[in-house]
Amino acid sequence: NFHVITRSFSERIEKIVIANRGEIACRIMRTAKRLGIRTVAIYSDADKDSLHVHSADEAIRIGPPLPRFSYLNAPSIVDAAIRSGAQAIHPGYGFLSESADFAQLCEDKGLTFIGPPASAIRDMGDKSASKRIMGAAGVPLVPGYHGSEQDIDKMKFEADKIGYPVLIKPTHGGGGKGMRIVHTPDEFVESFLAAQREAAASFGVNTILLEKYITRPRHIEVQPNISTDFRAHLGQAAVSAAKAVNYYNAGTVEFIVDTVSGQFYFMEMNTRLQVEHPVTEMIVGQDLVEWQIHVANGEALPLNQSQVPISGHAFEARIYAENVPKGFLPATGVLHHYRVPVSPAVRVETGVKEGDTVSMHYDPMIAKLVVHGENRDAALIKLKDCLSKFQTQYLLPLASWVDLVVAGLPTNINFLQKLANHRAFENGNVETHFIDNHKEDLFVDTTNSVSAKEAYAAARLSASFVAACLIEKEHVTLARNTPGGSSLLPVWYASPPFRVHHQAKRTMELEWDNEYGSGSSNVLKLTIIYQPDGRYLIETEKNGSPISEVKATYVEDDHFRVEADGVSNSVNLACYTKEQIRHIHIWQGSSHHYFREKLGLELSEDEDSQYKPKFETSANTPGTAVAPMAGLVVKVLVKNKSKVEEGHPVLVLEAMKMEHVVKAPSSGYVHGLQAIVGEQVSDGSILFSVKVS
Amino acid sequence: RLQNINYDFKEPLYDANELRSIAPSDLKQQFDIRSVIARIVDGSEFDEFKKLYGTVLAGGGVEAVKRNKSRNKLLPRERIDRIIDPGSSFLELSQLAGHDLYEEPLFSAGVVTGIGPVHGRLCMFVANDPTVKGGTYYPVTVKKHLRAQEIAAQCKLPCIYLVDSGGAFLPKQADVFPDRENFGRIFYNQAVMSSEGIPQIALVLGSCTAGGAYIPAMADESVMVKGNGTIFLAGPPLVKAATGEEISAEDLGGATVHCKTSGVSDYFAQDELHGLALGRNIIKNLHVAGKDDFTNRLQNINYDFKEPLYDANELRSIAPSDLKQQFDIRSVIARIVDGSEFDEFKKLYGTTLVTGFARIFGQLVGIIGNNGILFNESALKGAHFIEICTQRNIPLVFLQNITGFMVGSRSEAAGIAKSGAKMVMAVSCAKVPKVTIIVGGSFGAGNYAMCGRAYSPDFMFLWPNARISVMGGAQAAGVLAQIEKANKKKQGIQWNKEEEEKFKAKVVEAYEREGSPYYSTARLWDDGIIDPADTRKVIGLCISASLNRAAQETKFGVFRM
Repeated sequence: NFHVITRSFSERIEKIVIANRGEIACRIMRTAKRLGIRTVAIYSDADKDSLHVHSADEAIRIGPPLPRFSYLNAPSIVDAAIRSGAQAIHPGYGFLSESADFAQLCEDKGLTFIGPPASAIRDMGDKSASKRIMGAAGVPLVPGYHGSEQDIDKMKFEADKIGYPVLIKPTHGGGGKGMRIVHTPDEFVESFLAAQREAAASFGVNTILLEKYITRPRHIEVQPNISTDFRAHLGQAAVSAAKAVNYYNAGTVEFIVDTVSGQFYFMEMNTRLQVEHPVTEMIVGQDLVEWQIHVANGEALPLNQSQVPISGHAFEARIYAENVPKGFLPATGVLHHYRVPVSPAVRVETGVKEGDTVSMHYDPMIAKLVVHGENRDAALIKLKDCLSKFQTQYLLPLASWVDLVVAGLPTNINFLQKLANHRAFENGNVETHFIDNHKEDLFVDTTNSVSAKEAYAAARLSASFVAACLIEKEHVTLARNTPGGSSLLPVWYASPPFRVHHQAKRTMELEWDNEYGSGSSNVLKLTIIYQPDGRYLIETEKNGSPISEVKATYVEDDHFRVEADGVSNSVNLACYTKEQIRHIHIWQGSSHHYFREKLGLELSEDEDSQYKPKFETSANTPGTAVAPMAGLVVKVLVKNKSKVEEGHPVLVLEAMKMEHVVKAPSSGYVHGLQAIVGEQVSDGSILFSVKVS
Repeated sequence: RLQNINYDFKEPLYDANELRSIAPSDLKQQFDIRSVIARIVDGSEFDEFKKLYGTVLAGGGVEAVKRNKSRNKLLPRERIDRIIDPGSSFLELSQLAGHDLYEEPLFSAGVVTGIGPVHGRLCMFVANDPTVKGGTYYPVTVKKHLRAQEIAAQCKLPCIYLVDSGGAFLPKQADVFPDRENFGRIFYNQAVMSSEGIPQIALVLGSCTAGGAYIPAMADESVMVKGNGTIFLAGPPLVKAATGEEISAEDLGGATVHCKTSGVSDYFAQDELHGLALGRNIIKNLHVAGKDDFTNRLQNINYDFKEPLYDANELRSIAPSDLKQQFDIRSVIARIVDGSEFDEFKKLYGTTLVTGFARIFGQLVGIIGNNGILFNESALKGAHFIEICTQRNIPLVFLQNITGFMVGSRSEAAGIAKSGAKMVMAVSCAKVPKVTIIVGGSFGAGNYAMCGRAYSPDFMFLWPNARISVMGGAQAAGVLAQIEKANKKKQGIQWNKEEEEKFKAKVVEAYEREGSPYYSTARLWDDGIIDPADTRKVIGLCISASLNRAAQETKFGVFRM
């Protein structure tokens, strides 16, 4: 029941600007390209090499990284659209997609906004207002009070009418600020006053609304597994909601379901393409972006509701660069290795490519993984498999180095795997508090020594695979590119390397963090013995056991096959070297491990203190600084009796046209410093001494 | 039923059917019982040979190895493993030098030598083993060190000395110190090689006392490890005795003193691994030092070579334990050359010497192998073939299995001595790389013509079944018995049959012992005993190392016509 505007051919969309970035921009471009519509990307300085820019026919810079100067900068985007000669703008989700002003601006400038009319966006934007409109249109609402009368007695009266528990909620703002759950009438007054204060402080407006608090709520849109009857009711309610605000184009009406009573209530409407729209698309086999463009062109939808097929089940998992143990904090860094599962009925909506930086300016989502199956169980199996094949090697910038060492891989993939494998999730017992209720299972228990042992055993096996693969790859590389060039026969780099009457041996030390341990890292010491048949005998413990015999075959890129104990595995390896440390990720079956290996030795960094021969200092009392050569004092940096640390610069001499800094030989207090600027000192003369007191 | 059975056993390496031919029909015929054992036990692992190597390669005993580790020091082979390119091969020389030579065991003569690539540059390693008699120099240690330097000088290989030695072994100073080919020659060689532009690098990883101090001091560049490395002409006890000065080893000759004050060493290493890494780095920066012109490097190497068609492991069973048994040398060639392709030269003439061209790891070589006694024709054919190879700069590979030149009136009259001399002249003067492998017997003048040790092959290795002596034990016993008999007769003593047999048996026994490859290799008459199955690889590595020098022009002396 979309509102239809008739358009002449000359007004039809031939070119669109996508006012967004990341995966959604790429996803919209894909459909546009299929329809023969030219695409224009916009980008901020932070995104000039990103995937959405590369995927577009044209790309226009719109400003510096900060969103308010770029992706939220409506005039600049509209300008870009006009400059490019596009007829329409697709806002994606997020950024300006739910800005009524932006929709209005597009309309004013003669551009088609691919979305609902500005008025509908405005109506749905205000929580209280939208609920009033919905109530009037007969859409079920959570019992509550949305009135303007805020007198405390009135509020208490309304709360008692709704029945406890009651949710106290500021009308403006979000993020749970100022929200209070009141379980009994006695608590009401105190909680209400506190909520008012907090709302005033946070949002400047202290109006409050009341709602029935649903103890076991479930947040649903229309995709999930519910009965046909229930679905029809929801659909009816959603259509009523859309009609109430003269809505057209894509939108999502969200409801909250009381899982105890089975009653559902209107929550809000997202007046744009939903982030989870691929789930819908996979179940109905349609392209919603294509439909959006049809509507924007003033065409009728290709199907009516009764013609929409519903087939099977789909899941969407969002892969984020985030630090799960630290409360899902966004992480930034460079994606050094990126492999996504490729399979029929699997969609990976990605906004990044290998080598991209996930910057701090925007949402740290890497990709959306969407799978489809005949039914929920089949889809879940596929989801688990795909999650285990989703490979990222993701390194934080140097500043956050310590975080990386502690946290390992800063994506939520491990967490999603645990979630997907959880019994309750498998059984479909999903509700809003799922993560809270299953915290113990979903987050790592660092004190579990049994798990720690198991994790250690698994890491040890993985480490031996890493060793075998790295050595095998090294040989392949050596065979292709012999270090001596054509002057050496390749036999010097044959595999296995030749030894007279014994087998060549290697050692490798891999550092690994046991997340179950106390956070300390373990060093796995491996001894690798080349076998004549090309296998590797790998000893992972000092005392000789356990030993595994591993055969690694290099397939291509980062892909290997590894055989151990008669079991052959497909293995992927990602290595990245930085600061003399090789970061190694290995994916094998459903397991993933991360190791670090120190490479080579720091050849440049010699500690000065190592060079201090004893007899040199023995001539003077310890802590005495002497002039290293005859020279002119050009700077005196500290005063007598001031405290200095060892190595702190004390004065500067100039000799032979060069400056020499004389440093404190130890920590303590400076004594006997008599040199003044301009004074000539002789070689070996005592300049000052540093004493403990 | 709970016995310790290894279900993952390997079949014997040798064919059990061969036991039928080993079983002698004539009980007077001796056979080596080991040839039976090798065909009945799992993986033929009884091999004493392997056991012996196991002991030698383990170093100077459990205690000494433990003590070494407690000082944060690696064993010499581990040190070398960390300097050569990761995953590369190492051609170790004379592992059994010093075996059964002195009252006390001296594993590998207390020094590990060999060739391996560093940053793609082949280098000669000389690494003292501090776990073997403190790394001190016995006479054979000096000999092994000098042999490594000889190869380095010949092949223009940069030398890396991993020094960790207490210097000369004092009780045997008379055999270590004074002679031309003794201790002093090490430093002489360093000086001469350095003058020829062959880099000399010393890594001081342990003590380096007295004469030993000259190894780093004579080096072009040297590295010292803090704490473990010391260099001094006299240690603290001697200094105290001489001057009364009391000083610790580190303050007297540690890395700090020598890197900062004396300048005896150039690079200061925090620990052993750092020191070894510095060593690698020095090689990285050698640039063209020690490199001759590029003639040899532009050789016609086929990088797309094929492995032999036949299994190299079969060489172990081809190697005869009884030297009277003849075998076709072509069965060896077929298992060591690329694609088993051998282009024979003069196939129908002088058939007891097999000559021809083949490639080993893509490198063209001329192969000369024995298929019986050398006759006039065979010797002439050999000299002819060597001349061809020298003119074309093709390396020569000698596969020795030779009982000697044909004796007897007919042969002498035909000038066998003259023909033999031609081949010896050709072998002596040929300036192409020469590699000799003794795959069977090596007797008399046959040893000469087939490039024995005296003919300075670049490398020479033995199979474990090899026998080397001036003539066979039985023949020598016969000759000596005749002389003895004549002597006794002059003194009027009658020699009975029993006594004569006893005398002969003694001679045979002595020849048997002294002709053994273990006797030879212990005294460094060769560069080591190899597993026959490794022959192809060893020759390949040797040729590659020999080609490191520029092509040299061959000039022959006067051939007696």
